[in-house]
Amino acid sequence: MSDSTRQIAVVPDPASPELARTLDLAGYSWKAVGTTEAAAEAEPVGGWAGVIVNATDDLDGAWSFLRTVRKQNTVPTPALILVAGNQLAELEHRDDLFDDFCLSPFHPTELEARLRHLLSAEAEVQSADVVEYGSLALNLETYQASISGRSLDMTYMEYELLKFLAQNPGKVFTREILLSRVWGYEYYGGARTVDVHVRRLRAKLGEEHANLIQTVRSVGYRFGQSRWDS
Amino acid sequence: MNEQQKAYVLRSVEERGVRLIRLWFTDVLGNLKSMAISPPELDNALSDGLTFDGSSIDGFSRVQESDVLAIPDPDTFELLPWADPGAPEARIFCDIHHFDGTAFEGDPRQVLRRHVKAAHDAGLTFYVSPDVEYFYFEPLTPGAEPVPFDDGGFFDHTTNDVTGELRKKTIRTLETMGIPVEFSFHEDAPGQQEIDLRHTDALTMADSMMTLRLAVREIAARNGVHATFMPKPLEGLQGSGMHLHMSLFRGDENAFYDENDGYNLSDTAKSFMAGLLHHAAEITAVTNQTVNSYKRLVPNFEAPVHISWARDNRSGLIRVPIAKRGNPLATRIEYRSADPACNPYLAFSLILAAGMRGVEEGYELPEEADANLFEIDDDVLAKLGINQLPQSLNDALIIMERSELVQGALGEHIFEWFVRNKRHEWRAYKTQVTPFERDRYLRSL
Repeated sequence: MSDSTRQIAVVPDPASPELARTLDLAGYSWKAVGTTEAAAEAEPVGGWAGVIVNATDDLDGAWSFLRTVRKQNTVPTPALILVAGNQLAELEHRDDLFDDFCLSPFHPTELEARLRHLLSAEAEVQSADVVEYGSLALNLETYQASISGRSLDMTYMEYELLKFLAQNPGKVFTREILLSRVWGYEYYGGARTVDVHVRRLRAKLGEEHANLIQTVRSVGYRFGQSRWDS
Repeated sequence: MNEQQKAYVLRSVEERGVRLIRLWFTDVLGNLKSMAISPPELDNALSDGLTFDGSSIDGFSRVQESDVLAIPDPDTFELLPWADPGAPEARIFCDIHHFDGTAFEGDPRQVLRRHVKAAHDAGLTFYVSPDVEYFYFEPLTPGAEPVPFDDGGFFDHTTNDVTGELRKKTIRTLETMGIPVEFSFHEDAPGQQEIDLRHTDALTMADSMMTLRLAVREIAARNGVHATFMPKPLEGLQGSGMHLHMSLFRGDENAFYDENDGYNLSDTAKSFMAGLLHHAAEITAVTNQTVNSYKRLVPNFEAPVHISWARDNRSGLIRVPIAKRGNPLATRIEYRSADPACNPYLAFSLILAAGMRGVEEGYELPEEADANLFEIDDDVLAKLGINQLPQSLNDALIIMERSELVQGALGEHIFEWFVRNKRHEWRAYKTQVTPFERDRYLRSL
C-alpha cells in the first residue's frame, strides 16, 4: 500500500493555512478532524496513515487526543506533534504518545522530510509485523488482533486461521488447503474442523464483521471482498 | 507441545494484562475443578505441568499414589468474559498425567481423548451438537419450594422478558468464548430455557459444555437468579435434558449419509444406532447419573422411556431428524436420554464406544418404532422387543456393573470408583422416609 494514497488525520479542525498548504504541495491526502470521535467517524478503510497534531494552541488537548487514540488502537497510528519552542520541555516522559515532533512555526521542507520518514518507517513495520484489512488489524509480533479498536480474544488456531485468511484477502481457499496450510497435516479433525473454526471466528468478530469471512458455496472460504466485485 | 502455541499463550497473557490463569479440569462426576496461577508461573506450567495432590479430588488417586500432573492444553486458552476488566482472567483446560508422562486413568478428559483417537484411527471424526435445557429460579430459600423465575411457556416472548435478557447475555458470552450457539428459546416449563450449540468435535464440545454450565450459572448469579441443570427440579413439569445430535465424518464426507437409502442413512449410521440401542441400558448410569435423573425419564414429558428409534418421533430414544433440504452434511441422529447434569466427557465416551461397537461388529438395526410408545402397554412393547431404559439409578447401576463395554470404555479406575460412589448415593436416597410415604401410610396403616 503506497503512503500517498492513504489519508492523514490533521488535528485540530480547521488546520492552519501553512500546514494545509505544505501537505497539499507534498501531495498528501489529508483531512482535518477536531475530536477523537470525528477522527473515528472519518477514519478510512485500512485506518489513518498517520496523524499530525498541532499542539501550539492547546497542548493539553493534544495529549488527551493522542492518549485516547493510542489506547483505542492495538497497532498505533504514527503520530507527529507540532509544538512551540516554549513547549519543548513538555515532551519529556511522553514519548509513548508520539513518534516524532516538529517545532512550530515549521519549515515546510523539514516537516515534509519528517513525515516521509515517519510514514515510510511505518510502512516497513506494517509489511513485516502487521496485517490490516479494513478495521481488522493483526499484530504478528505480539499475536494480538483487534477489530474497530476492540481487542479480539482468540485461541491459537483461530488466530492462525484469521492470519492466513487476512494475508490473502479476496482469494478463495478450499477446506483442504486451509487445513494443510493452517493446521498442518498432522491434525486429524478432518476438513469440518475448518467450518467449526470459521463459525467460531465469525462469532468473535461480532455480527457486524461476521461477513469478513465469506462462504463460497461448494468451494470453501474467502476473506473480504472478491477482487472482481469491488 | 508446540512452541508457537506456547508463545501465543504467554504473549497474550502479557499483552492483555491477564492477572490470573485458571487451570481447569474435571472430576469423575463432571464437576469443574480449578487451580489459579499467576502469570510468572505459566511458562513452567505449560512446559512441565503443575503437580497437585490427586487424592483431594473425587475419583482421582488413592492416597498412596496421590501426586499427579496437570498439563495445560494451550489451544483451550480463553479470556473469561465475566472477570473484572481491571484484572483480566483466563482459563486453560488441562489433561492429567502421571509423572512418567502417561495419561492418568482417573481423568475423564483423557478417557474421551482415547475414544476420539480410536475413532480417528478408524478414519472417523465424531461430531456432537447438544440441545441443553436448564431452569432459572428465584434465589433459593432453604426449606422452601423453588420458584421459577418466570411463568412463560414454549417459545414465549413476554414483554418483561427478564430471563430472555439473561439468556441473551449468556449467549453473547458463549459466542465471545468461541462457543457458537445455533439458537435458544424459552422451553415448555416456567423458568425453563434451552440453548442449542452448533456441532464441534466431541472433545471440544465436552470442554464447551463445562464452560456453558459455568457461564449460565455465573451470569445468572450476577443477576440475582439461580440457574440449575438438575434434571427434574419440578414435579409434574418437563425436566431438563441434553439431546445430543451426532454424526461421524470421514474427512469431508458424512459417514452417516447414503443418498440411496430411503432415510438417507448409511450402513455405518444404522449399525452405529444399533450399537447405541443395544448398549443404551448399560451406559445410562453415566448419561443419567443422579437419583433425580430417573424422575425425568417418565412418560408424557418429552423424555424417552423406551429403547427404540424412529424418524420423527419424540417418544423414542433415538430420533432421526429430517435434514434440511436433504443436506448430506446435516444427516445425523439424536440421542435423547442424556441430561445436562452428566459428565460430558464420560457420556460422550460411552455413546461413541457403544456406537462404534455396533459399527465394528456390524450390528443389525431393529425395526423403526414410529407409534407413540407412551400409548402402548409395556408388555406389548416387550413382545415387540422394545425394552425400557433403566427405571432408577439402582437399576442402571446393576446393568452397568455387568457391562464389559462400559468397563473397558471407562477403564477400571473410573468404572470401579463411579459404581462405588453412585451406590453410596443410592443408599443415601433409599434410606430416606419421604413425605410421599407419610402422606400415604401414616394414617391408613
